[in-house]
Amino acid sequence: MSLLQLPAYGNARPWVRTAVLRPELGSLVAAALLFIFFSIASSGAMLEVPTIARVLDTAWPYGIIAVAVGLLMISGEFDLSAGVMVGTAGALLGVMATEWGMNLWAAVFLSLLACLALGLWNGVLVVWTGLPSFVITLGTFFGLRGANVALSKYFTGDALIENIDDAGGYDSLHTIVATVFGTAPSDFRVSLIWWAAFILIATWILWRTKIGNWIFASGGDRDAARAVGVPVNGTKIGLFMLTAGAAWFVGVSSAIRYTSVQAGQGVGQEFFYIIAAVVGGCRMAGGYGSAVGPAIGALIWGIAFVGIPHAGWNSDWRWAFLGVLLLVATLINHIVGERVRTARSG
Amino acid sequence: MTNETTQAPDAGDAEPPVLEVRGLSKRFGSVLALDDVNVSLRAGEVSCVVGDNGAGKSVFIKMLCGLISPSTGQILLDGKETEFSSPRQARSQGIVAVYQDLALAPLMSLWRNFFMGAEPVKGWGIFQRFDVAYAKQAMQTELEKLGVDLGDPDRAAHTLSGGERQGLAIARALYYGARVLILDEPTSALGVRQSGAVLRLIRRAAQRGTAVVLVTPKPQHAFWVGDRFLVFQRGRLVEDRRSETLTLESLAYLMAGGAEVEELETAIATA
Repeated sequence: MSLLQLPAYGNARPWVRTAVLRPELGSLVAAALLFIFFSIASSGAMLEVPTIARVLDTAWPYGIIAVAVGLLMISGEFDLSAGVMVGTAGALLGVMATEWGMNLWAAVFLSLLACLALGLWNGVLVVWTGLPSFVITLGTFFGLRGANVALSKYFTGDALIENIDDAGGYDSLHTIVATVFGTAPSDFRVSLIWWAAFILIATWILWRTKIGNWIFASGGDRDAARAVGVPVNGTKIGLFMLTAGAAWFVGVSSAIRYTSVQAGQGVGQEFFYIIAAVVGGCRMAGGYGSAVGPAIGALIWGIAFVGIPHAGWNSDWRWAFLGVLLLVATLINHIVGERVRTARSG
Repeated sequence: MTNETTQAPDAGDAEPPVLEVRGLSKRFGSVLALDDVNVSLRAGEVSCVVGDNGAGKSVFIKMLCGLISPSTGQILLDGKETEFSSPRQARSQGIVAVYQDLALAPLMSLWRNFFMGAEPVKGWGIFQRFDVAYAKQAMQTELEKLGVDLGDPDRAAHTLSGGERQGLAIARALYYGARVLILDEPTSALGVRQSGAVLRLIRRAAQRGTAVVLVTPKPQHAFWVGDRFLVFQRGRLVEDRRSETLTLESLAYLMAGGAEVEELETAIATA
């Protein structure tokens, strides 16, 4: 005896339900197909351990930041300064460790504070001005792009900062962020474990905490969320800071791993994160997505990046591949999103 | 004109009103949008606010739920004077408005929407988590109490029909302890069958002791569900009638403008 028993959902196709629960499903299928494709195209070279090690090593730096950018995208915002912030984190660390003679632990910590402050700046500005985050973070992007190189040159006389391993505390930090398992070329970095941990934590936050609900709500319908008491502004600012923190981790990890920093690094990579997030099923307009999806998106990039030369093609095709991938993924997301939104009773 | 009939018809009832407004007026510049309105809303009653466009009904309900503040007059909750400067404040005191564009995030699941902004949690510190099992269960229980079956709690809110959305929104309002439920044209976009379901839902909400304020332009809907009818005309409350004193025809007549229409007809005839 039900007042409102309507046939709507009983008739909805099962995939509508699955699509709501598993935004990353499409990217998982795409990653598998792509891997199989390149395995065949490279006559099996793709299946060898060194190749897989290369794929993962290519994917993780993008993957870590893409997960944060994905959450930010679900909340309805963009961050175009995430790439250049990798350079900021590294350059700050380099200057403090090599020029100012700081212990590397202190330098790592201060670099984190600086990045979080930049994330806060992005977030507060977006929330206060109400301008699109695309514009605000583009401003941050160019500001940092200039500042990274200019300040490195000012303090060290060069855009390349070297000999970071001379600083105190290097060995312990190297163990934490750059330990190698296996011998080259079949080597795997401890970074992969950090990446996996970050995916797990982000997934937990997104699906199993109230903050996760706020993230979905902020991007799903900002006004509705605000009306029922969701701290939309705080959620978004927090995610800008999380993204900055992810960029910091990647910047610091690579500075310690390579013992040198190129102040211009990271520029141009902001789009990779966004592409990875979109390919992973996050909706550009917000309100829909997952944390695993962007990581799979980054993995797809890793497969293509390594697979294209292995298949004997010119590596320049990587860029074309990325463009096609973005278009196809966005189209599929759009179609799926429309279907999910319009699937109802006749 | 029938302006003198504005005194409360139910003054003898023992139970005090949940919400009472006294001398409520609102002036926008030189326009008097609402003029000296006195109403008492009681638990378990459905009060239908009816009247022409611009009669002041939307100003009236917006004032009840804190969207706009009165120029003069008082709002009393349980006999105590109160002021709401925002819908959120009104909500915290149990006055909840459900609007046509119901506040739902389209791609979020029903239970996520239901608990949006008030997520139940369990665990401590960094292990504190959204109590998903409880959320789904509590939503289903609340929906069942109202006799609403929305099926799979994991479906996206946008797959709901208009009537189902009303059901979810009303259930959510009641779950959060709404004592005064304000519904702004809940059946305006619905077909006959779904309208019927939503009207039955409104009756159930009233049976559970909620004071319901319903704005609707449809006499049939108002007559079926209403206990009393507040007729607004040009910013004034011109009729406050109990349903026993009315037939559907007399209600339709009142809603169409009542005496004003007669005046107009006379004016046309004698012109």
